[in-house]
Order: sequence, then C-alpha cells, then structure tokens
Amino acid sequence: MNLNGCILSLIVFAPLAGALLVLLLPSRKDSKLVHMVTLGITLVLFLMTLHLPAHYVYGGNGFQFEQNTPWIASPAIRFHLGVDGLSMWLMVLTGLLAPLGVIASWKAPAERARYFFSLYLVQQTAIFGVFAALDLFLYYGFWELSLVPMALLISGFARSSNGTRAAVRFFLYAFIPSALLLVAMIWLYAKTGSFDYATLHQLAASHAIAAAPCALLLASLAFLLAFAVKVPIFPLHGWLADAVDEAPTAVVIVLAGKLGLYSILRFMLGIFPDQARIVAPYVVALAVISILYGALLAMAQTNFRRLAAFSIVSHLGFVMLAIFSFTQTATSGAIYQVLSHSVTDAAFFILLGLLFERYGTNEISRYGGLAIKSPWFATLFVITALSLIGLPMLNGFVGEFLILAGSFSVHPAWTSAAALGVILGAVYVLRLVQRVFYGELNETLPAAPDLLLREQLALWPVAVLMLAMGVASPVWMRAINEYTQAAATHFTPIAMNVLAGGVR
Amino acid sequence: MNSLDMMRLLPEVILILTGVTVMLLEPFLPAAASRKPLGWIAIAGTLASLAASFSQLHQAPGTAFYGMVSVDAFSIYFHLLIAMVLLTTLLSSLEYFDEHTTHAGEYFALLAFACSGMMLMTSAADLLLVFIGLEISSISTYILAGFRKTEGTSAEAALKYFLLGSFATAFFLYGIALLFGATGSSNIAGISAGLATGPTPVLAILALAMILIGLGFKVSAAPFHVWTPDVYQGAPAPVVGLMSTAPKAAAFAVLLRITYGALPTLGHGWTQLIAILAAASMTIGNLGALQQRNVKRMLAYSSIAHAGYLLVAFTALSQEGIAAASFYAAAYAAMNIGAFTLITHFAGYKEELQTIDDYTGLARRSPVLAAVFGLFLLSLIGIPFTGGFFGKFYVFTAALHSGLVWLAIVGLLNSGLGCFYYLRLLVRLYSTPDRVEEMRPTPKLTVPLAIAVALAAIATLVLGIVPGHVLHLAQAAAATYSAIAK
Repeated sequence: MNLNGCILSLIVFAPLAGALLVLLLPSRKDSKLVHMVTLGITLVLFLMTLHLPAHYVYGGNGFQFEQNTPWIASPAIRFHLGVDGLSMWLMVLTGLLAPLGVIASWKAPAERARYFFSLYLVQQTAIFGVFAALDLFLYYGFWELSLVPMALLISGFARSSNGTRAAVRFFLYAFIPSALLLVAMIWLYAKTGSFDYATLHQLAASHAIAAAPCALLLASLAFLLAFAVKVPIFPLHGWLADAVDEAPTAVVIVLAGKLGLYSILRFMLGIFPDQARIVAPYVVALAVISILYGALLAMAQTNFRRLAAFSIVSHLGFVMLAIFSFTQTATSGAIYQVLSHSVTDAAFFILLGLLFERYGTNEISRYGGLAIKSPWFATLFVITALSLIGLPMLNGFVGEFLILAGSFSVHPAWTSAAALGVILGAVYVLRLVQRVFYGELNETLPAAPDLLLREQLALWPVAVLMLAMGVASPVWMRAINEYTQAAATHFTPIAMNVLAGGVR
Repeated sequence: MNSLDMMRLLPEVILILTGVTVMLLEPFLPAAASRKPLGWIAIAGTLASLAASFSQLHQAPGTAFYGMVSVDAFSIYFHLLIAMVLLTTLLSSLEYFDEHTTHAGEYFALLAFACSGMMLMTSAADLLLVFIGLEISSISTYILAGFRKTEGTSAEAALKYFLLGSFATAFFLYGIALLFGATGSSNIAGISAGLATGPTPVLAILALAMILIGLGFKVSAAPFHVWTPDVYQGAPAPVVGLMSTAPKAAAFAVLLRITYGALPTLGHGWTQLIAILAAASMTIGNLGALQQRNVKRMLAYSSIAHAGYLLVAFTALSQEGIAAASFYAAAYAAMNIGAFTLITHFAGYKEELQTIDDYTGLARRSPVLAAVFGLFLLSLIGIPFTGGFFGKFYVFTAALHSGLVWLAIVGLLNSGLGCFYYLRLLVRLYSTPDRVEEMRPTPKLTVPLAIAVALAAIATLVLGIVPGHVLHLAQAAAATYSAIAK
C-alpha cells in the first residue's frame, strides 16, 4: 500500500483521534492506563513520522508527500500539506519529542491525566499541522490552535499559583501579534488572490506582487513580529521566563524555538525575500543582543528553570543571526541548530524537571554534591550540558560552527560579538553543573533515588542521538542542504538601492 | 391578496398560529399542571416554520402583498437563522420556568410572536412593514426580559429595555417619515429610485442618521449600547440567548436592506458613519468587558464588540461584505446562544452562579459541558476551526478587499484585547476551586437541553471547519444586492 499520498494527513490528525480515545478511557485513581495509552499513541506517531525520511526522494524538486484538495471555494482556500528538506526533519523531531514529553509527565496526577494528555495530543496535531501546512489559511489555523492547549496546560498544571498569570501572558504575547499576522495574510490575499504558499513564493521570487513597497514592508513586519515573539528574540521575550518556570516539562520542550524559527524561514523569507533583506541589519543586531543579554541574564539567575529559559533566548539568537545572514552555510547551520537544540533542550528540561520532582525546589543554592548520590543522573546531566555549550563531537557544535562560519563573511563584527556568547554560555552551564552535582553534598536535601529505569530508557537514546548528530551530521544535512541550495538558486535579490528607493 | 401571497409569508404565519394556539390552550390546563406540552407545541410549530423556509429556497424569489413583502435568498437566509435560534431557545427553556412561574405558556407564545416579528422585519420590502415587524418583536422581548417575575433585577431589566427601546423605535419611525418626505415613498425600491437622480435632499441624510440611531440601539452598537449590560444581567438567561442573537440578526438584515437596497447613493456617507460606529463598538465593548466580573455583563459587553465586528463588513460596500455580515450573524448566533444555553443550565433559575469566580472548577463537576462551554468561548475569541474565527476572517477579508486596512487592524487588535476576558473565564473553568464542598451541585442535564447545546456546538464547528454550505447560502443572499461603486 502506498502511504505517500496520505501520510501527512495521518500524522497530523492521528493525535487528534488519539485525544478523543484518551478522553473515552475510564479514569481510575492510581491507574497508569491513560499514561500507557498515550505513550503507545505517541510511539506509533513517532514511527509514522519515520516514514518521511525513509521514503523521501533526494534530488526530487519541491515538496513531497503532497496533498492538495480544495476546501472552501470562495475565498479560495485549499487543504494543502507537504514537506521539503526544511520541514521533514522537524516533523520527525516533533514525533520524537512526543513520547519523551509523555515520559516526562509520568507523574501527572491520575485523576486529571485524561485532561492533561488529551490536551497534549491536540497540541501535537497543531505542531505537526504548522510544519506541514502549505496554505496560509490552514497554516494560520494550526498556528493559532497551538496556543490553546499550551495555555490551558500552563494554567491547569502550573507549578505554583502564578500559573494562570503566566498562561494569560503567554497567550496575549502570542495572540496579539498573530492578529496582525492575520491582517497581513488577508491583505496579501486581497492583492494576489491566493493563500497558496507555492504561488506566493513564486510571485515573490519574481518580485511580482503588485503592491506598494512600503505596504509590502509593513506586511512583512507583521509576519516577522508574530514569528519573532514565538522564538522569542529580544525585546519580545517577556513571556518566556514565567511560562518556562510554570509550565509542565512536556509543554516547555515545545514552547519556544522551532515553531517561530520554522515560520520565519518558510513564510517570512519565502514570501518576503526582498523585505527580509531590508530588515536584516536590525534583526541581526537584535539577535546578537539576544545572545549576549540572554546569556548575562542566565548567569544572574538563582532558579535553574529561569536560567534555562534565558539560555533559550541566548541560543536561539544564534539561529536568528544565521537566518538573516542569507548565506547557504549559515542557513544550513541554522536549520541544523533548530533540530539539535530542540533535542538537547528537551533532555535538559526533562532532567531539570526530574530534579524538581525529586527535591521540590528550583533554587540552585539548595542543591550540592548530588553526583555522589546519583551518579547516573550526573552522567546524563553532564552530557546534556556539554552538548548545550557546543562541545565538538556533540550535536551543539555542528550547528554553532556552521552558523558562526557562515555569518562571519557577512557580518564580521556582529559575529565576533556573538562568539562571546559561546563563552558566556559555557560559564553559566558549567557553573550550574558544578553547583548542583559537585562540591559539598547538601545534607538538607531529602533522600531520593537515582534515575529510574523508565527515565534511563527515555534519556539514553537522546544522549546517543546527541552524539550521533555530532559525528554523523550528513545524515540530516543531506535534506537540509537540498533545501538551502534550492532557496539560494531560486531567488536573486534585486539591487538594494532600488528597494530602498521604493520604500523611501 | 391571493394564496401565493400567503405562501410567501408562510413561515411567519405558522409561527403566529403556533403562538395563538399555545395561548388558547393554556387556560385549559389545570393551574398546577406542567406547561411543557405547550413548549413542545411551540417546538413543533418552529420546526414547521423552518420547513416552510426551506421549501421557499426552491421557489422563485418574488414579492407579495403589493410589493410590501419580498421573499428572496436574503430573507430566507435570515428566516432560517431566526428559526434555528428560536428552536434552540425553546429547547433550552423547556424546564426553566416550569417550577417557578404559573404562566409559562405565555412565555412560549411570546417567543413565537417575537420571532415572527423578526422574520417579518427581514422579509419586509416596505419600511412601514419593517416598523410593524420591529414593534411585534420588541414588545414581545420587553415582556420576556421581565419574565423572572420574582426577581427584582429582571423587572429592572424589562423597564429599562422598554423605556430606551421605545425611545429608539421612535427615532427609527421618524427616520422613515423623513425618508418618505424626501422621496415620496416608503418602499425600499421606491426610495432607491427617488434618490437615484438629482441632488441628495438634506432630509434623506437626516433620515439616514435617525435610522442608524434606531437600529444602532437594536444591535447595541456603541454609542447606543448603554442599556445592554443591565438588561442582559437581569433578563432570564435563555431570553438573553435569544435577545442577543435573533433580534440583532434581524436588525442587521434591515440595516443591510436599507443601506444597500434603499440608500446606495448615500454609500459614501453611511460607510464612514458605520466605520466609526464599528470601531467604537469594538473598542468600547472589549474595554468594558475587561472590567466585568459578572459573566452575563461580560457577555453583554462582548456582544457590543461583536456587533462592531459585524458592522465592519458593512463598510466594504461589496457583495462580499454583505455575505460576510450574513455569515457572521450566523456564526455569532451559534456560539452565543450556545454559551447562554449553558449558562442557563449551570446557573439555574435563581442565577446562583454570577461572577467569573463562581465558575471556578466547573470542569471537575461536568467535564463534557465545560469542554463545550470552552468551545463556545474559543469561538468567541476567534480561534481557528470554529465559526467565530471563520466569520471574523471573512469579515476582515471583505474589509481588506475594499482597502480598509485601518479598520481591519483596529478590529483584529480588538480581538486580541477580547481574548483576554474570554480566556480568564476559560482558565477559571479548569482551575482548582478553593473550597470544594461549597460548590453548588450541577443540575441534571435534560434531553431537550442537551439537544440545544449539541445543536449550537455542531453549528459552531460546522461553520468553522466546513463552512461551504452556509457560505454558499450567504453568498446567494448577498447576490440580491449589487455592490456600491466607490
């Protein structure tokens, strides 16, 4: 049976069906039935996403596994799904993180587990949908849909009483720029008569969207703003620390980064290539500020979840820097870094979540000398930390190296400043490892076991993956490079002064 | 008058006969007997009226009663909408008054009369007939607003509604008179023909202003919205569900008929006035709702904001704009009546749940109903794959097609503002209550109420996920009018 024609629909809607199934399960106290079923669903989902790389045709142009049927006649909206080198591995990544999130939420209270896991599965549908949708309307649908389960999970399963505030703040930060995004999308439709990504991409590449340059620039800024908030980049990161502090681990690992960065690469650069070049200097500046400011804030934190939140701002700044350098090397590095950072960050947050579960505090100063009591915990934590600071042989290095190498030729000064962020990153991460796991054993800590078998089973494959992504990057790079090559040859920017003149 | 004329008015006639039957039957019931059978008669009548409207879809459009009534795709669309709202309201209030009021039969009759008036408004081609329809519907709803006779707030609501409402109706009537003075006709087509040539008389501009005030009150557009929160707070919840959807849809239909049908030559004047009304309604409605703790008051302000979104579609001056306004009226009706049906159920006759805090932890007691309530709130916010989103999307598409970028930005930023208070309620539903033992047990869900909720929920989802059919009807309705050249 040939699944290629419907695999994307299956992947996108299977979690939704799973959510309904979970809701129908009987709920009993002290029963892990709901957890087991959700884990089963997400594992099947992961296997389904592996279908994509297995059947991906290298050298085939454009989108693959496409599905394209009319949905609404007027306004012209199509149900159009498809993946290419940019989104394929992101789909697989989402599939991988799904079961990890379930294992990270194993302690979810049994009486509310159905509610938790059904929202969690709806969230998976939204994320898969964002990566696969090629119709702007459909894409926007999934993009907004992803907010609801996230906000409800943050408010309903927060760590403290501030959860509702953090959730509402997260929602507003994301929703209001999205409203402007919708205006820009509809405006684009009014100008071109199409919501289809391929059509718009083609029009933009030949500079054929009939609109005033100034209006186009404003529309592109609406796109950029909505996406940059979700990354987040300085100064739009106000929601992140609170949300990360309150949210359950399963939500944190998909909260930041890939959705926003993917959207910038696909829609901002794909539909507004000329405008992206106009705003690039400003975005690069903000990206470097994010890198340094995020790192400095991370160094000042006493709470390790907040430290991790600011480290996200810092690390994703590198990706933004690379995207807006427009070199093929840097863009490949950016995409690779999105993948590898998501993997590393997932492991990092799962470990931090486990620490909180065991010892009931996020304060770094309450810890100390845990390596003696929990050697396995320490081992995995150190591997993750090293990957996070970009040690060669581990996954973080590949992306970071490509980013810095690719951006240097375009922005030497900014890239040199950004490189400082690498050093600062090493400082706060290694200091965290040192204070939590080494030094004097803090006797006030309650007794708690080392990593359990279930946790080891979840985390070791991730650690192996970090190593594999560090030494065998071509496996992933092959598809990514195809995308970046196509993007580079497809588009020739018109002379900068012409554009600038038009804007003025 | 001939039999075809009666056929044209069949949906209205059926409803009026239903109301009369219910009133005639009530005295024969013993005082202590349940009034539910009367409710079922009303439901049967509504279904018959709905069927009559559907059958009109397959007839050629035309006029009746010497051009007083016009049955076309536009009127049928709103007939169907009003009948659906009435059906949901009847189902949801079948139990509501039974134990508390002796004259529940009157209630069902008044609902039928009110809706027949609204239907008449949407199919009237003559402004005098519009006025008669408006009065039939208004007088019925004044009484309905006061139907929780034992509660003081309900009487206050009815009195306020009556005083301000009759004042606004007078404005509307004055507008009709001035238009007659300006053109010598009270017929929509006649007015349009009278204004087609020569300079626009000042009287017509004054008349437009008067009509906008009158109808602005009926749709609770700012600055004519002041009555809304008090009336919605005091009136019985099922009546508010009806009041916030069907009469508004009817008033919007009349406004569409007058603006696009009778006054296309004044297009440039009213489009600017309505744009201002729209921006003001959205902003005032949302800002007002932000400050409310009482759920019914909050939804009252939110209905002001939604009237604003709908008015945005008017300003597009295109057929797409009419279709968008019609579609939004349906989407808003589905989600709002759903929300009020659930409030009816949760709060009960005494309205024991009032503030947002009272709704804390509702999801623990009735998870399914809370989830459906959540769906309606998400649709009111405008989250994709719900009717509320597609309605908003379509309205702003129409506005942007006509180049109204500023209004679209104001509108969508407002929807960002709006999401805050809906979200506050939604989050409350799912948070943990402080004192579990004090929570009021949720009443048992009856079958008619469940059907009402399911109707509204299915409509909300269908309008969001597969809007094709309704969109087709709305576009056919819009084709009754022609776009106004800029």
